[in-house]
Amino acid sequence: MPKTDLFQDAPPPPSSGAGPTPGAATSPGGTTSGRRPGAPHRSSRQDSVKGTVAKIVLLGLVDALAVYVLMMLFLSQSWGALAVSSAVVLAINWIYLRKGGLPAKYLAPGVLFLLVFQVFVVLFSGYIAFTNYGDGHNSTKDDAISAIQLTAQKRVPDSPAYKAAVLTKGNDFYLLFTDPDGKASIGSTGAPLKEVPDAGTDSTGKANSVDGYRTLNFQEIVANQQSILAITVPVSDDPADGTLRTADGSSAYEFKPALTYDAAADTFTNTDTGAVYRDNGKGAFADGNGQTLTTGWKIDVGMDNFARAFTDPSLRGPLLGVILWTFTFAVASVALTFALGLFLAITFNREDLRGKKVYRILMILPYAFPAFLSGLVWSGILNPQFGWLNQTLLGGATIGWLTDPVLAKISVLVVNLWLGFPYMFLVCTGALQSLPTELDEAARMDGAGPWRVFRSIKLPLLLVSIAPLLISSFAFNFNNFNVIFMLTGGGPRFADTDRDIGATDILITLVYKVAFGQGTGRDYGLASALAIIIFIIVATVSAISFKQTKALEDVNS
Amino acid sequence: MKGTPMKVQNTLTSGTSRRVFTAGALSVVAALALSACGGASATAPATATAKPDLKSAGAGTITMWVDAERSPALKDITAKFQADTGIEVKLVVKDFAAVRDDFITQVPTGKGPDLIVGPHDWVGKFVQNGVIAPIELGDKSSAFQDSSIKAMTFNGSVYGVPYAIENIALLRNTDIVAESAATLDEVVANGKKAVADGKAKFPFLVGMDPKQGDPYHLYPLQASMGSQVFGQAADGGYDPKQLLIGDAAGVEFAKKLVAWGDAGEKIINSNITGDIAKEKFLAGESPYFLTGPWNVPDVQKKGIKFAVDALPTAGDKPAQPFIGVNGFFISAKSANALATNEFVTNYLTSEAAQDSMYKAGGRPPALKASFDKAASDPVVEAFGKIGATGVPMPAIPEMSAVWADWGATELALIKGQGDPAAEWAKMAASIKAKIAG
Repeated sequence: MPKTDLFQDAPPPPSSGAGPTPGAATSPGGTTSGRRPGAPHRSSRQDSVKGTVAKIVLLGLVDALAVYVLMMLFLSQSWGALAVSSAVVLAINWIYLRKGGLPAKYLAPGVLFLLVFQVFVVLFSGYIAFTNYGDGHNSTKDDAISAIQLTAQKRVPDSPAYKAAVLTKGNDFYLLFTDPDGKASIGSTGAPLKEVPDAGTDSTGKANSVDGYRTLNFQEIVANQQSILAITVPVSDDPADGTLRTADGSSAYEFKPALTYDAAADTFTNTDTGAVYRDNGKGAFADGNGQTLTTGWKIDVGMDNFARAFTDPSLRGPLLGVILWTFTFAVASVALTFALGLFLAITFNREDLRGKKVYRILMILPYAFPAFLSGLVWSGILNPQFGWLNQTLLGGATIGWLTDPVLAKISVLVVNLWLGFPYMFLVCTGALQSLPTELDEAARMDGAGPWRVFRSIKLPLLLVSIAPLLISSFAFNFNNFNVIFMLTGGGPRFADTDRDIGATDILITLVYKVAFGQGTGRDYGLASALAIIIFIIVATVSAISFKQTKALEDVNS
Repeated sequence: MKGTPMKVQNTLTSGTSRRVFTAGALSVVAALALSACGGASATAPATATAKPDLKSAGAGTITMWVDAERSPALKDITAKFQADTGIEVKLVVKDFAAVRDDFITQVPTGKGPDLIVGPHDWVGKFVQNGVIAPIELGDKSSAFQDSSIKAMTFNGSVYGVPYAIENIALLRNTDIVAESAATLDEVVANGKKAVADGKAKFPFLVGMDPKQGDPYHLYPLQASMGSQVFGQAADGGYDPKQLLIGDAAGVEFAKKLVAWGDAGEKIINSNITGDIAKEKFLAGESPYFLTGPWNVPDVQKKGIKFAVDALPTAGDKPAQPFIGVNGFFISAKSANALATNEFVTNYLTSEAAQDSMYKAGGRPPALKASFDKAASDPVVEAFGKIGATGVPMPAIPEMSAVWADWGATELALIKGQGDPAAEWAKMAASIKAKIAG
C-alpha cells in the first residue's frame, strides 16, 4: 500500500525526450498553486513576488540575448531572419507579460524548440529531397561557374616566375613585374605588359618603384585585395598569349585559361580541343559526348529522387529485403526486450526478495552505457577467432557470429536485447508498482492462480500505460542506427548488389551509406527522399498502433 | 478502490490533452510554414549582400580550420605572420572526423574558413564541389619532395601546400627475426620458422577491418604484382576512365589473396583487426607487422626492438605503398585571398613552419630541408625512404566508388569465399558501373 501511494501521483516513468519539466522550469510567472482560487491570500502574494522577480530576471536575460541576436542580424543585413526573430521576441514578451493565458506560458518554450529543432529540420530535409544536393552539386550555378573559371587557369608551361610589386596612379592599380633576368615591366588589366627600363629597385634587384606611380605597402595591398587579385595583365597585344596575375602581391605567373566562359551563350569552351560545354539541365556543364565538367551546382529535380529509390536496380533489389528486415528487427527487438524486461520486473517486484536494490542497479547497467560503445565492445566479443565468446565460453570454436548472414541477424538482436531490456525493466517496474494490490487480492480470493492473475488482470492494466512506450520503442528501434552500424556495419554484404548493403542493414543505415559516399560521393537528395519514405512508414505504423491503444484504454475504463 | 477512478481520470485528461495537442500541432505547422519559408528565402540573398561587409571587416584576420593535434604547432608561424603583417591567423580547432564535410557545406555560404588542413585525398572532392582554389608555388615547389607535390596536383594544378608524408612499412621484431627480407615469401618463411621455433604465434600481422577488409595496407603487395587501381592521364594524374584494377595482374593478386587467407596459409587473417594486430605485435607474438608510423610510438614505449623494413614484394614489381600527404588548402571563396596566399606560399612553406609541424605530428616532413633534419631519426628516415617509392593515394572523386567494393571483395577472398577470378571481375564491373553513374 505505501508503495502504491509513492508512485500513484507520478506520471508513467520518463521516456526519452522532453518531459513537462523543462517547459515548467523555464516558464516564469506564478505557479498553479498561487492562482488556485481557494488558496490563502498571504501565500499567494508571496508566490507572485517571487514569481515576478523570476519573470523579470528570466525575461530580461532572454531579451538581452534577443537584442544581441537582432543587432547581429541587422549588421549582416539578413532582413528576413530579422523580421522572424523580432516577431518571435515580441510574441515571447507578450505571452509572459500579459495576465492569464497560462497554457501558453507553459507551451511556448517547448513549441519554440519544436519549431527550431524538429519542424525546420524536417522541412529542410523535405526540401533537399527534391534537389540533387550532394557532391558535385554543392552550391549555386554562379558559384560553380566561378569555381570552374578559377580552376581552369593553368600556368603557362615553362613560363618564367616574376616578382611583383603593386603600384597605383589615380584610382587604378598597376603591377610592376621583375623577370628572372632582372628586367622590369609594368601593366594592368587592358594595359599589356610594357618594359620600364628606369624602374627603381630594392636590394634584391626587384623593381619596386616607377616615377609617376606610388608603391603600395602590404597593408594597402591587403585593403585593396579584391581589385588587385582581379588584375590580369596581357603578356602581349594578343590576349591568347596568356595573362599575368598575382595571388599574393609579391609574385606573379603567366596563366592561360583551359576553359573560357561565354556569359551570353552560357557555355564553356575548351581552348585546346574546342569542345563546347553546355548546361545539361542536370546541374552540370556537359559536352556533346555527355562528358561533364568537374564542378556542378544544385538544382530542383522534382520527384526524381523518389523514383530512383524504387527504380535504381542496385537499390531496388536489396530495398525490399532491407525493409522486411527492418520490420523484423524493430518488432523482434521490442517484443524481446519487453518480454525480458517484464519478466525481470515481475521477478524483482516480489516483496520478500532480499537485496532488491542491488539487483535493480545491476539490471540497469547496460542502459547506462552509450549504445555505440557497447556496439564496438560486442563486436570485439563476437570476433570469430579472438572474441571472448568463442575463445573462452565456447572453448576455441570459430563461429562467425557477425559474418554469417543468419547468425549476424541473431547477434544483432541479442545485443539489442542486452542494450534494451533495462529500459523495459524500468518502465514495467514503475507500472507494476502503480497497480493497486487490491485487484490482485480480490482475484486470488476468487481462486485465480498467479498466471491467471497476470494474464487477465496485471497485463491488460500494464498495457494501458506501457503500450504507447512500446510504440515509441518500435519507432526508436526502426531507426536504431548505433547498434547496427557499430556492431556489423550492415554486413555481411549481399552478393547480388553493387551497393555496400548487407544482411543486417536497416533502412536508416542504408540511408547513411547512400548519403555518405559509398558510391561516387555523398547524395543528400536521395538520402532525404529515403528518409521521408522511412518517416511515412514509421508514422503510419505508429498511427495505427495508437488507434489500437485507444481501444485498449476504452476496454479498461 | 483508488485505482479505478484514477484510471478514468487519466483517460479523460489524456483525451483532452491529445485534442489540445492536435490543435497545437496544427498551429505549429502553420507557424513553421510561415517562419521557415520566410527564413529560407531570406537567408540565401542575405549572405550574398552581406559579403562586401565581410570583406572590409575580415581583411584583418585569416581563419584556419585545424585539428587539436596540429593547432599548437602553428602558433609560432602565425605569430610571426602577425608580427610581419599585422594580420591575425585565427586557428579554429575542429573535429577532424567532420571537418571535411563541414568545409564543403560551409564554403558556399560564405561562412567557411580561409584555410583548412587535411590529407591530399580530399582534393578531388573539394574541387568537385568547387570549394578550394589552386595555389601557384612557382620555384618553391622544387623545395618539396616530388611525391608530395604530385599528390597535391589535381587536373594539372597544385591545390595544396604539403607539409607531411605518410606511408606504411614493415615493422620487424629484431629479437625474433634478425635479418631483413626482400620478398613476401622470405618474410613468410621467416615468420613460419619463428612460429615453429616457438618464438612467435603468428608468422605475419596485418590488421583487417571486419567489415571492410583493408585494401590500403594490402596495396603494396598488389602493386608488386603489377596491379594498379587507375591508369595515369597525360598530365600524370590518375585517369578515372582507365580503371585497371580488373586486369590480369589483379586477378593474379585475387588468387594470391585466397592462398594467403583463412582457407590457405593463414598469413592474412580476416579475424585480426587493426587493434588485435597491434596488441599481438606489442606482446611479441609475431615478428612482422605491416603498419604505419602511427603505431611506432607505442611499439617504442613497449620497449620492443624493431626495425623498419622495406615493403616485401609478392611479384616482380616494386612494392609501392600509397602515400598520404597532409597539407594546407585555400578556400575558393576566401574573402581575404591575397593575405591567405601570402601566408600559405611564403610562411607555411618555410623551414621553420615545416619543422614545427614535424615536431607536433612526428610524420616525415614534405619540405626536403626539414626532412633532412628529421631523418636523423632512423625511423623517420626509413619511412621516408619507403615513401619515396610510393604513389599518391588517388584523390579523384571516383576513388570513393572503389573503396567499398575493393575492401569487401578482398575480405571475402581472404575468407575463402567465392572464386577469385569471378569475384574480382564482378568487383571491377561494379566499380565501373558506379563511376559511370
